[in-house]
Amino acid sequence: MVEIPEHLLLRSAEAKAKALGIPVEQVLAEMRGEAPPVAPAAPPPSAPPSDPAPTAPTATTESPAAPVAETPASPSPPAPTPPAPETTTVSVETPPTEPLTAPSSPPPPASENGERATQVTLRPVAPPEEIPEGVRPQRLLTVVKAKAIQQVKATPTDKVNTWPHLMIAEFSALMVVTAVLIVISVILQAPLLELANFNATPNPSKAPWYFLGLQELLSYYDPQIAGVIIPTITGLLGFMAIPYVDRNPSTKPSDRKFAIMLFTLFLTGSATLTLIGTLFRGPGFNFTYPWADGIWFDDLKDWVHFE
Amino acid sequence: MANGLARLKVKERVEEAADAFRRSSFWESIFRPGSPFKRGYSDSPRNRSYVIMNNVLYHLHPVKVKRHAVRLSYTLCLGGLSFFLFILLTITGIFLMFYYRPTAPAAYIDVEALSTSVAFGSLVRNLHRWGAHFMVLTVFLHMSRVFYHGAYKPPREFNWVIGVVLLLLTLLLSFTGYLLPWDQLALWAVTVGTNMAGFTPMFGNQVKFALLGGIEVTGNTLLRFYVLHVLFLPFVIVIFMAVHFWRVRKDGGISGPL
Ligand code: HEM
Repeated sequence: MVEIPEHLLLRSAEAKAKALGIPVEQVLAEMRGEAPPVAPAAPPPSAPPSDPAPTAPTATTESPAAPVAETPASPSPPAPTPPAPETTTVSVETPPTEPLTAPSSPPPPASENGERATQVTLRPVAPPEEIPEGVRPQRLLTVVKAKAIQQVKATPTDKVNTWPHLMIAEFSALMVVTAVLIVISVILQAPLLELANFNATPNPSKAPWYFLGLQELLSYYDPQIAGVIIPTITGLLGFMAIPYVDRNPSTKPSDRKFAIMLFTLFLTGSATLTLIGTLFRGPGFNFTYPWADGIWFDDLKDWVHFE
Repeated sequence: MANGLARLKVKERVEEAADAFRRSSFWESIFRPGSPFKRGYSDSPRNRSYVIMNNVLYHLHPVKVKRHAVRLSYTLCLGGLSFFLFILLTITGIFLMFYYRPTAPAAYIDVEALSTSVAFGSLVRNLHRWGAHFMVLTVFLHMSRVFYHGAYKPPREFNWVIGVVLLLLTLLLSFTGYLLPWDQLALWAVTVGTNMAGFTPMFGNQVKFALLGGIEVTGNTLLRFYVLHVLFLPFVIVIFMAVHFWRVRKDGGISGPL
């Protein structure tokens, strides 16, 4: 059984004392099991008197009383008032009907309890109309330490608020890119060549630039290797496999020299191939020098006047 | 003098009306608690959290981020920019759809008419086209940045896999869009591209046939690429992006610091 933190106990005792109009000490003493209860408190019949812990009441954390008639009548004999909880259960009640009339002299517990126990399963609470406006009757049923439910492993990290710090950075980046794009779009006209014509194959025929590296590979290797095996097997599947192949847990660049070297090789390789395919390939996809023979790159046709 | 007074009054009245509007229950109902647009917003830690939590767009973000992640030099904002470019492409793309018919006789005429007889047509088309090139670049650079940070290491392995799918989808979106102007550039670039797919071992012809909707590029291909470009691929990529962003957060936010 979990010990209730002292401050929570005190808080609930204060609330109860306030609600019942009795001194805090009295409630505290009662909670510790040293004094007779102040208010009638019949335990749920299902719970053994010695253990009034959270089993039954959990369903009704807040109980603006269900009408008495609807509550199933309990057949069990009048249960004695439980020893006040040194347990997980603390109860804070809004004034039941009685305390207003007899705040200082508690009614005889036995008869009260007997009467109650036959009518209600849970503790008696005031009917709704007796609750002052704006006050919701609350009961603290149980205090469960967080540890019991979930394990929180939080290591403190240096964090800042997303608003405004990150949002401002993002917004600026977004504005800059938008501005750059608009400027480019005003200056550079997107290409539109002649109407598609199946009978006039342009020479050279080039793929979009991001596939030109592949097209370049095609001029070295068998199409099955360059056009399919390399892009799907190494490109797609190989890339997806990277995290599962690279078992090195470190993210420090100095620990990952080999991985970094491989990726840099890939980057420079594909950039080189793309550049060659874009700038150094002319009619028949033969090698040309852009400065001598011109550039065949129609994406920028209306911008750079070559040939 | 009298004029100045009158003007002041009008100004005051406008201010008063605006203030009354901001006090109205209608205005109050639009914004959730903590919105800077609400009256009486104050810069408090609680409100800073609310700004993020209570906004449908911002709450993609966590309330707090690691300090190093805010520095532009860590992510270079490349992932965010890829996403932003995607949104920009969606908006400009919807505009273009109003003027474009995906049929062999009409497509070219429509694209041509965009630059001559549609207000801002040429600008929007250029934005869409250069934006698409940009996006291919930013996604690729984002991938490189992630690699160099080792940000694909546990627990982020699967987000890398999702990322590779996103790269593929980005390329496919770009490639399918390439055919739509139906000019010589479009036709032959797509011919070259789909010829590559035709080299698939064993069932190359079938792959090519499925892509083209025939044995060569035709009006069928145009319709096929159009539907892929404006509906199917965006739909799929949005789903993958959602998972991608969700995983970034669930995997503990941005990786690092190194
Ligand atoms: C449409 C394309 C993509 C979009 C919109 C996108 C978006 C994002 C965003 C916004 C982030 C947050 C951090 C940052 O901005 O860098 C992120 C992180 C990440 N992305 Fe992407 N991404 C895309 C493609 C990719 C690709 C191609 C890969 C890798 C193959 C990838 C792998 C990752 C990984 C592993 C993270 C976590 C990084 C970290 O924790 O530092 N993403 N992505």
